[in-house]
Amino acid sequence: MELLAAGAIGLLTACGVYLMLRGRTFPLVLGLTLLSYAANLFVLAMGRLAVGVPPIVASGASGYADPLPQALVLTAIVIGLATTAFTVSLALMLFSASGTDHVDGGLGCPQRDDVGQR
Amino acid sequence: MTHAMIIPVLLPFTTAVLMVLLGERRLGVQRGLSLLSCGTLLMIASAAVVHVSSGAIEVYRLGDWPAPFGIVLVLDRLAALMLALTAVVAAVSVAAALTATPAWDTRGRHFHPLFQLQLMGLNGAFLTGDLFNLFVFFEVLLIASYCLLVHGRGGERLRAGLHYVVINLAASTLFLIAVALLYGLTGTLNLVHLALRVPHVAPADAPLIRAASLVLLVVFALKAAVFPLSLWLPRAYAVAPPPVAALFAIMTKVGIYAILRVHGFGLGLDSGLAAAAAGPWLLGGAVATAIVGALGAFAAQSLGTMTAYLTLISVGTSLIGVGLSSDAGWSAALYYLAHSTLVLAALFLLTDATASQRGHDRFERSRLVAQPAMLGTLFVVGAVSVAGLPPLSGFVGKLTILQATAISPAMPVLWGVLLGTGFLAMVALARAGSALFWKTTEERAPTARSSLARLAPAITVLACGVALALFAAPILRFTDAAAEQLADRRAYAARILREPDQPTVRPFSLERRH
Repeated sequence: MELLAAGAIGLLTACGVYLMLRGRTFPLVLGLTLLSYAANLFVLAMGRLAVGVPPIVASGASGYADPLPQALVLTAIVIGLATTAFTVSLALMLFSASGTDHVDGGLGCPQRDDVGQR
Repeated sequence: MTHAMIIPVLLPFTTAVLMVLLGERRLGVQRGLSLLSCGTLLMIASAAVVHVSSGAIEVYRLGDWPAPFGIVLVLDRLAALMLALTAVVAAVSVAAALTATPAWDTRGRHFHPLFQLQLMGLNGAFLTGDLFNLFVFFEVLLIASYCLLVHGRGGERLRAGLHYVVINLAASTLFLIAVALLYGLTGTLNLVHLALRVPHVAPADAPLIRAASLVLLVVFALKAAVFPLSLWLPRAYAVAPPPVAALFAIMTKVGIYAILRVHGFGLGLDSGLAAAAAGPWLLGGAVATAIVGALGAFAAQSLGTMTAYLTLISVGTSLIGVGLSSDAGWSAALYYLAHSTLVLAALFLLTDATASQRGHDRFERSRLVAQPAMLGTLFVVGAVSVAGLPPLSGFVGKLTILQATAISPAMPVLWGVLLGTGFLAMVALARAGSALFWKTTEERAPTARSSLARLAPAITVLACGVALALFAAPILRFTDAAAEQLADRRAYAARILREPDQPTVRPFSLERRH
């Protein structure tokens, strides 16, 4: 189980980093998402891996899982969702302003200043 | 002082929610609420400074859960100082946004709610006594800053905004990993508890805690814009709306604060433990940042970009003080941090005023500014202060850092860097001043005199900087006391934790399970 968890985290991180190094906004957002999944799994693993044990007090429980990392992951997922949504909308704004989905917004393209300052 | 401690977090939050509910149409009400909130924060922050100057450490247990199980807010001298700085800069920035023509809140939507949420994040980050909550408040202030940065749009601003957002999101992921690693090793997230538990980590885990410490340093260094993680800053700050850039003067300081609080206080930068591995990297990064900032300021082609690079110099200089890991160094760093926040905010606001009178802020021939005497004087005061020339606050700040450096083995290098970057900044500022005010065309300025109200925010914040020099002795006594307080972790533990010897918050013992 340790091997599976570690392998999954490693694979997610590797894919996330690879996608983040792309020059287009869509793979970039995917990469960020994968990276945050990897971080979330890592946080969960830091509470030690356990199967079939309750995180809160239950009668007749043989042991307990650490509830804190689970709560942290929940918070991190919410924050991650919000920031991903924001990045997507920002990427769309950049796309409509510059006409390209390149992260540098098509530096040097003639249409790059067509929105300008209002 | 019981429930008053949560007000700096709750007040901006409720104000922001109220503003969103009121809607964009009642801009007048929004402006009133915004000013009211900033004014109240200013009063609370002053009261907090007065309250903690006796050495009290105030604790607010959310939900009255005992620490380290529950979340706590901690108000000590350091937190009060940062709250006060934030309140001053916020009040000035909001005034500057309102007096600009056209006002910044009419150039895009939701300026005031975002501004208040940013304040909530800042105040929360300064008050929290819990590592994970620091992460949460970082996210709050960052997501507000993302929106403020691209406020009023424009292609260049969006592009710089995307880079800023992506690099900060990647850093947030690293923050989460480092926090989890620290929790996995010590079984606690409370900063005071962490400070007590870190020396008890098994020797076999030393490499892991060293890794966590360094990953956290990477995260905070990115927020503080330490070279080589500073590449996002100059462009983002130069394109940000000037009142927002003035508020961002405190944003890099959040990174420095976090290094001081987490590495200095929590991980024992001064202890020689494995967790203190960040020390040498910190000093090296600080030196490199100051040098890069000085070179950038020297090469900058506009006042906005130059002020952004001057921010880098101030980050480097403050971090040299933090990296010394001594009471004297931390005290000097805190004074310099206060000085640089105020004076850089003033310079960002002056950039705006000068640009609106000349037509742009590039160092090219342009029409004469409408008020050369007024703007010139303000610029000279700001430049003298930021370059560290006597008699203003920059000089006092740099002098105390130089004194604190005297006992360090790296003293010759550090003195060379501190004095050399000051000299380069001075030359760069002299070049900027002569280009901005003397390199003029015959063309008369059409109208464009700035009203006194328009210049008042910049004048106010510059005056605060001058006051920092006038009252240097009491303020340095305060920062000295703040640094001493940080070193005394037992006092914090006695005040915050119910049972300081509680080993962990885990519901099981690791030994039993192995």
